[in-house]
Amino acid sequence: MASLLGRFCRKLVVPGSAHGARMVSTTSSCGSETVKSLNLYSAINQALHIALETDPRSYVFGEDVGFGGVFRCTTGLAERFGKNRVFNTPLCEQGIVGFGIGLAAMGNRAVVEIQFADYIYPAFDQIVNEAAKFRYRSGNQFNCGGLTIRAPYGAVGHGGHYHSQSPEAFFCHVPGIKVVIPRSPREAKGLLLSSIRDPNPVVFFEPKWLYRQAVEEVPEHDYMIPLSEAEVIREGNDITLVGWGAQLTVMEQACLDAEKEGISCELIDLKTLLPWDKETVEASVKKTGRLLISHEAPVTGGFGAEISATILERCFLKLEAPVSRVCGLDTPFPLVFEPFYMPTKNKILDAIKSTVNY
Amino acid sequence: MALSRLTSRSNGISRPLSTAFGRFISTDTTPITIETSLPFTAHLCDPPSRSVESSTQELLDFFRTMALMRRMEIAADSLYKAKLIRGFCHLYDGQEAVAIGMEAVITKKDAIITAYRDHCIFLGRGGSLYEVFAELMGRQDGCSKGKGGSMHFYKKDSSFYGGHGIVGAQVPLGCGIAFAQKYVKEEAVTFAMYGDGAANQGQLFEALNISALWDLPSILVCENNHYGMGTAEWRAAKSPSYYKRGDYVPGLKVDGMDAFAVKQACKFAKEHALKNGPIILEMDTYRYHGHSMSDPGSTYRTRDEISGVRQERDPIERIKKLVLSHDLATEKELKDMEKEIRKEVDDAIAKAKDCSMPEPSELFTNVYVKGFGTKSFGADRKEVKAALP
Repeated sequence: MASLLGRFCRKLVVPGSAHGARMVSTTSSCGSETVKSLNLYSAINQALHIALETDPRSYVFGEDVGFGGVFRCTTGLAERFGKNRVFNTPLCEQGIVGFGIGLAAMGNRAVVEIQFADYIYPAFDQIVNEAAKFRYRSGNQFNCGGLTIRAPYGAVGHGGHYHSQSPEAFFCHVPGIKVVIPRSPREAKGLLLSSIRDPNPVVFFEPKWLYRQAVEEVPEHDYMIPLSEAEVIREGNDITLVGWGAQLTVMEQACLDAEKEGISCELIDLKTLLPWDKETVEASVKKTGRLLISHEAPVTGGFGAEISATILERCFLKLEAPVSRVCGLDTPFPLVFEPFYMPTKNKILDAIKSTVNY
Repeated sequence: MALSRLTSRSNGISRPLSTAFGRFISTDTTPITIETSLPFTAHLCDPPSRSVESSTQELLDFFRTMALMRRMEIAADSLYKAKLIRGFCHLYDGQEAVAIGMEAVITKKDAIITAYRDHCIFLGRGGSLYEVFAELMGRQDGCSKGKGGSMHFYKKDSSFYGGHGIVGAQVPLGCGIAFAQKYVKEEAVTFAMYGDGAANQGQLFEALNISALWDLPSILVCENNHYGMGTAEWRAAKSPSYYKRGDYVPGLKVDGMDAFAVKQACKFAKEHALKNGPIILEMDTYRYHGHSMSDPGSTYRTRDEISGVRQERDPIERIKKLVLSHDLATEKELKDMEKEIRKEVDDAIAKAKDCSMPEPSELFTNVYVKGFGTKSFGADRKEVKAALP
């Protein structure tokens, strides 16, 4: 599935928007790059290795990262860079993030791992009140731009209430931080390197379902994918679909099914949710006249609402149908009911059809 | 009593056979005094005596219930591997003495709140095996109607407040419950249980401060199994003396593999909490399984260590030795008891397997209180649009 996406990405020509999305940064030549087939956690691992290698003042810490982490994203880092740069913390998310903010304030790159996004809430105060506002309230004397918080998010099939949440919407409401979500191994490596090197604090959510499932050809060298640039990963004319992370694979399946019924779908990967690339989505909706947003998080107050409102402002006269949101239900993430809760391919397909036939 | 046993044996008179429930017909409450394995270590209080009052009935009950708990956890292990239990499953085998010892001295009005390793605590609070397995397999007859799963067992009529996923979050909750108990003058206490990993959470200290400030009858029980998932305690805590972490709050360090030490400590703690406010109990215990079923449990500790604890300190073995040395049963009778327990567990599993899954409409129930009629939207406009009942 993800390799399918990968192939699409490679071939894609930049669509008609000024920002347009480029797959690989221009610092590398496409011709001679060596690639390797990697899954998501290996790609992230590679990115972390490169980040620590290129900046001697960067650190990776969190619960259990020393032996490689519960998802193996930090394998080999402690052995290679030493326990002074890659270390385990006790079980205290608030303390970990606060500590990371302080470290970043001293000009270091602190890459904090929160073991599951569901556990990020004790650190919410630190992220919202400290990290996001540091530069602002000190009049640019201090900042914690070197802070990057990585957390696995999203459904995994059997995660239940506390191993499946998608909390991105909470963080998108905080000016001062950035929120980035990759969809595949290749994207993840480039986006993570960009996030770590971005001079603003970044919350980086990794779709845990794809850690092992997604396999893609990932260039071995150091490359960055620009933040705040969305990418049209599939061109179409009838309806624009916007999503991020693991949900894109589901949406792509729906697009393929819709194509069989003669509906041409344009699929956009937002990549960075805050600040998000309004221009690319706007250009696409102006072309198709219809918008569908899909995410795993509950629909009420989810980030789809922000996209919907903005596009409505910008494209009102061009819209042929109301903006459709196919999202998780407004319940706590369930245990046995997960298949009913999730925004599945069929739900998306139904919504595509009813939007197109509005 | 021992004399009469001797007589009956020598006369060849058959001993009273165990009842269908594996209990001896003689509800013998002959008192026995048992010495705990180790003395208690105290912080800011006088430790209780090592001599624990018990009875023959209690000794046998302890054995039976702990064997039941052990068997239940092992069965859950097999069910998980057979993919009948999905999600996360954190097993308690090795730590049974804590659950048992605590139950022996408290009432159903005393509250217990714990983290996710809660199957045996639930059983101790009067839960049935059927409810346990049904909940683990996500069936509607489970104690949380199949909606909670392994980590979220609750039992309101026994004041068992669950069953929490977020590490450390249950401790301030426990202190709130203690406040409520003090307010209605119930002479009840709350046992807020947590692990050595959670001991480093900030909210614990907030809860301790509040409890101490307002003299709440809260007893914080640290089940120190020495590993916070895969991290050994000395790598996570500057001071692994968790019973001292309360600073101004008294504490007691207890051998958590000795059910009688646990019993004595909890009795002491309850009396203390009702008079003087919070106290910390550190139970020095051990879990044989890994942190959860996804953790083999052998990458951060040696197999020798695990088998060493099993040989030297296993709580069930200790009780078994006491039962045998006090002549309360023979090896064979105990083995028969274990066989019955196995059957009981298997029957409960079979019954639970037959139970149906919850109705899909249950996805929407109890998000809010019934009758609020909030709408929940899913796929757009017409597909999934339910009024939350």
